[in-house]
Amino acid sequence: MKTLVIAEHNGENLSAATLSVIDAAKKLGRDIDLLVASNSSSNILAEAKVVEGVSTVLDFSHEKFANEIAEDIAACVVSVKDSYDFFLASSSTSGKNNLPRAAALLDIQQISEVTEILDDKTFKKPIYAGSCIATVQSTQEKNALTIRTTSFEKTGASGGSASIETKDVPGTDSRKSGFVKNELTVSDRPELTAADIVVSGGRGMQNGDNFALLEGVATKLNAAVGASRAAVDSGFVPNDYQVGQTGKSVAPNLYIAVGISGAIQHLAGMKDSKTIVAINKDEEAPIFKVADYGLVADLFEALPDLESKL
Amino acid sequence: MKILIPIKRVNDYNVKVRPNQANTDVDLSNVKMAMNPFCEIAVEEAIRLKEAGKADEIVVVTIGDDKHQEQLRTALALGADRALHVKTDITLQPLDVAKTLAKVYERESANLVIMGKVGIDGDHNQTGQMFAALTNLPQATFASEIEINGNDVQVTREIDGGLETLTAEMPAVITTDLRLNEPRYASLPNIMKAKRKPLEELSLDELNVNVESKVTTLKVESPPQRQEGVKVENVEQLVDKLRNEAKVI
Repeated sequence: MKTLVIAEHNGENLSAATLSVIDAAKKLGRDIDLLVASNSSSNILAEAKVVEGVSTVLDFSHEKFANEIAEDIAACVVSVKDSYDFFLASSSTSGKNNLPRAAALLDIQQISEVTEILDDKTFKKPIYAGSCIATVQSTQEKNALTIRTTSFEKTGASGGSASIETKDVPGTDSRKSGFVKNELTVSDRPELTAADIVVSGGRGMQNGDNFALLEGVATKLNAAVGASRAAVDSGFVPNDYQVGQTGKSVAPNLYIAVGISGAIQHLAGMKDSKTIVAINKDEEAPIFKVADYGLVADLFEALPDLESKL
Repeated sequence: MKILIPIKRVNDYNVKVRPNQANTDVDLSNVKMAMNPFCEIAVEEAIRLKEAGKADEIVVVTIGDDKHQEQLRTALALGADRALHVKTDITLQPLDVAKTLAKVYERESANLVIMGKVGIDGDHNQTGQMFAALTNLPQATFASEIEINGNDVQVTREIDGGLETLTAEMPAVITTDLRLNEPRYASLPNIMKAKRKPLEELSLDELNVNVESKVTTLKVESPPQRQEGVKVENVEQLVDKLRNEAKVI
């Protein structure tokens, strides 16, 4: 039996998240195949073929994969189910959308947000917004895992030499939803979950315009910009900035939290960062409990000062 | 149009949950319980659709012991019309919850099923997708906007890169994200009225669901704690520490 990893891509390139899922897959000790469903993208297939650790790339090419619909992806997974006893995806919004649908069709109880693979039946995962870590054991013959990518390394993007197997694209038995449109955030900055440095703002930023102060610092550091749920809920920035239990998990080398009090739900998404800096005028803010360096200061003075000194 | 809303009883989101002393499970004794926040958003959305004349009936359902009726009564007080309580003392795993809900859906044949994207307890984020698979229904997860146009529902979804809009012919399954709406509070008169609204009890046997624990929890522990660091005096010191001590810039 082998491990099947569902590849994520943006229509042109394989995502970095997929490299982390493959790193996790290696710990299961099986051959790893990569399922690529795309609109006949030769570039994605070329990238997939050389990923270190992949045996075979399963090429599902069809124009319907120009946009990813969970019903279609689940049908692809089911069509190859017999060769695999592990099905893996990242815990991105894509993996979270697709894998449980496939798991249910295979009668598998999925294990979500795996942060550690102890052996091929035993896994660790955070629960209760990361307040607790559960060690769980599966009694199933086949398993489905979503992988928290920040807890794993990335396998090499090159050096592999997988074969490519063209697969028949299955029809979808179930009724399905159709794509209407995308409104993707356009940014020159590194992607939030892949950035080496993240600068995040919270309720203390007071409004969306003030995020320009963070942007200035972020530009100097080539950092991604994030936000707490409070900042998103208040409408300062779009939801895809959100770091935390209900947003993204990040683990950069440096995380700078500005005007963020440090609710448990926010900490859940960033406390694995290597170095944490907190800038907050409230010296009692819980964010200081997890910060390596705390600066008690008015962010409206500290941020321009910081930008000028970088 | 009939809307089915599955809801979950979880810890109040303000409570920091800790492992029990034996590290076998979390300690929920004396923890305040509430409706899962994402389920509250689902209930609110259904009420708004009813208020807008797009829906006629809202049915809420939950699975669990007798205490779960508190959350059903809350949903009734908020504006649901009818409640179903699938009684069991077993804590079901998401796949079994989805199987149970699929049987309830067969009985109720709702036009729309709206549920929370994730329970803030297990952080699974699976049940809606699994339910959609088992009922062969289209799914639109992580919704921040729902629009009904005749027999179709158009859903704006929160995805990692921004927003995506899908359309599906109903019946369909939608899971809620945070920005879909801001749930209301129940008024006292409505809380009183809710006590007289119909609440039907069902059993897993009646629904013909076989539940089976496929994943066992071996241990629950606190995450490794970060060491509290140092306070710096000013920005200059901060930049110096980041450059020369942490060496991250």
